[in-house]
Amino acid sequence: MSSGANGHGATLAEKILARAAGVDTPVPGQIVEGNVDLAMMHEQGAQTVAPFRAMGAEKVWDPDRVVVALDHWVPASTEGAAGLHRILRKFAAETHLSHFYDVGHHGICHQILAEDGWVVPGDLAVGTDSHTNMLGAMGAFATGIGPTEMAAVLALGQLWLKVPSSLAIEVRGTFGPGVTAKDLILRILGEVRTTGAAYRAVEFSGPTIQRLSMPERFTICNMTTEMGAKAGMVAPDAATFDYLRSIAKHAMHPLSPDADARYERRIAIDVEGMPPMVACPYSPDNVRPLPDVAREHVRIDQAFLGSCTNARIEDLREGAALMKGQKVHDGVRFIVSPASTKIYEQCLKEGIIEIFTEAGAVFTNSSCSACFGGNMGILDREEVCASSSNRNFPGRMGAKEARIYLMSPAAVVASAIEGEIADPRAFA
Amino acid sequence: MQTILEGRVWTLGRDVDTDQIISGKYLTILDPNELKKHVFEIALPEFAAAAKAGDILVADENFGSGSSREHAPQAMRAIGVGAVVADSFARIFFRNAINLGIPTIEAPGVRAIFSTGDTARIDLGSGRITNVTTGRSIAFPPLPHHLLELLEAGGLVEKVRRELARRRADAAGAGA
Ligand code: SF4
Repeated sequence: MSSGANGHGATLAEKILARAAGVDTPVPGQIVEGNVDLAMMHEQGAQTVAPFRAMGAEKVWDPDRVVVALDHWVPASTEGAAGLHRILRKFAAETHLSHFYDVGHHGICHQILAEDGWVVPGDLAVGTDSHTNMLGAMGAFATGIGPTEMAAVLALGQLWLKVPSSLAIEVRGTFGPGVTAKDLILRILGEVRTTGAAYRAVEFSGPTIQRLSMPERFTICNMTTEMGAKAGMVAPDAATFDYLRSIAKHAMHPLSPDADARYERRIAIDVEGMPPMVACPYSPDNVRPLPDVAREHVRIDQAFLGSCTNARIEDLREGAALMKGQKVHDGVRFIVSPASTKIYEQCLKEGIIEIFTEAGAVFTNSSCSACFGGNMGILDREEVCASSSNRNFPGRMGAKEARIYLMSPAAVVASAIEGEIADPRAFA
Repeated sequence: MQTILEGRVWTLGRDVDTDQIISGKYLTILDPNELKKHVFEIALPEFAAAAKAGDILVADENFGSGSSREHAPQAMRAIGVGAVVADSFARIFFRNAINLGIPTIEAPGVRAIFSTGDTARIDLGSGRITNVTTGRSIAFPPLPHHLLELLEAGGLVEKVRRELARRRADAAGAGA
């Protein structure tokens, strides 16, 4: 809790980057070379192979610190996707990448990193996907990079990073019934907007955050990407250590921000009395209270309960509890896609798959599914989707005119039942 | 590397995200020459057919937000885009573009002084972009040394290639 060499304390981001780069606490704007603790690739990793070879690299710096997870097109849904998978399998065999989550053991890459303990407190983690931010919930600095940069990481085990300034978001208050961590992060997005945290690190703290489970923290950190943030994180505490106790893949270096750390901006949020929220087309920061949108009777064609933001077992249990004994509304296609094969198996055991399929939903294998408009559940022009995912840009799920509303899993299920954007609290 | 760049301008709005640059359905395409046919299909449909090497993109705030897909700058490189200038960039796009060796310049206020079809001149060294057609110009903070070096090397691949070669030479020297 003491003042550091800079005359004041350090943020969590500064401390993790100091550790990763082996330097004294750096200042925002400084460029450091960080040693990477964990590198993750999904299908986009296929594009790292050519630059990796062109660099003249012969081996991967540390194959034990590299995870490959197939998730966007699983099993391969196009010839192109089959090609990406083949390239990755061959590359993994040649460079001895044994932590390969191939079809049958697959899941959304971020969920795989979380549930198998690949990222632990104090880590610098990078992935070829923008939502790598999600793993910041472990008290790590986790960020997305492109495939050429990943090639450099695989070759050297390092990358350059400009030390970001930090935003502190302190949350207090208790969620009302039917209000979730997703509603909280949507509300924050409505305030901070899609550029409000650009290039910056976001640290969440406060009594509400401390009470959140790890899955809820994953949801929150996941959508810091939509705020433009380089990383979003929660300092590790008992919940983090409990979650990782039996699964952590390497040694932890838990770090916490100093009390006198310097933040560019502090934002205080009180969730007392907050209603469920919804992000309307065509931006994740176009956020309104869900009851206001529900009053406008917005008809939907598709509902999607899936993605790295909200398709964990807790989300699917909550959705199934609302779905039980109800029917999907006529004319609505309801797609439910668990975030990993392990979650799929758990759903099978708990009867969750049966509840959804009996109601008329399509319960799919684990993948990114309808989230990104390149695999399944593609929207046509004029169509409207209620989704638990994280993006609603034009063209995100198919046609550029299609309209996507982002909301909590409970609200997605309520909307699937009603055939229009609906408040889940009416079903409590 | 040339420090003065000149080219014909295409303008884009704010919050042009990677889905609008290369949409999800093209993400399995690996060949940049194939990708470039689909670049900006949503945001600027006439661009792919009419763009020429050396053309300069001028965008408003938050250009390239969204996913980490490198397809977007790869398609631009395949076209031979001379530079991408914007009021502000989303961070992964900025890194990807620089890593591919595309001059990528943050110049707050730049969008307001350009229209499609104008000619832009960019002085990377001094940090100034001029609209040759209208005579208006603005200054921008020059790129940090580290990034200029990266562009000078022609991108990250070449930079790492040199670094690995240097390490091998050092190791051989130490062994001798
Ligand atoms: S679920 Fe959606 S946001 Fe998450 S990694 Fe997959 S495509 Fe990206």
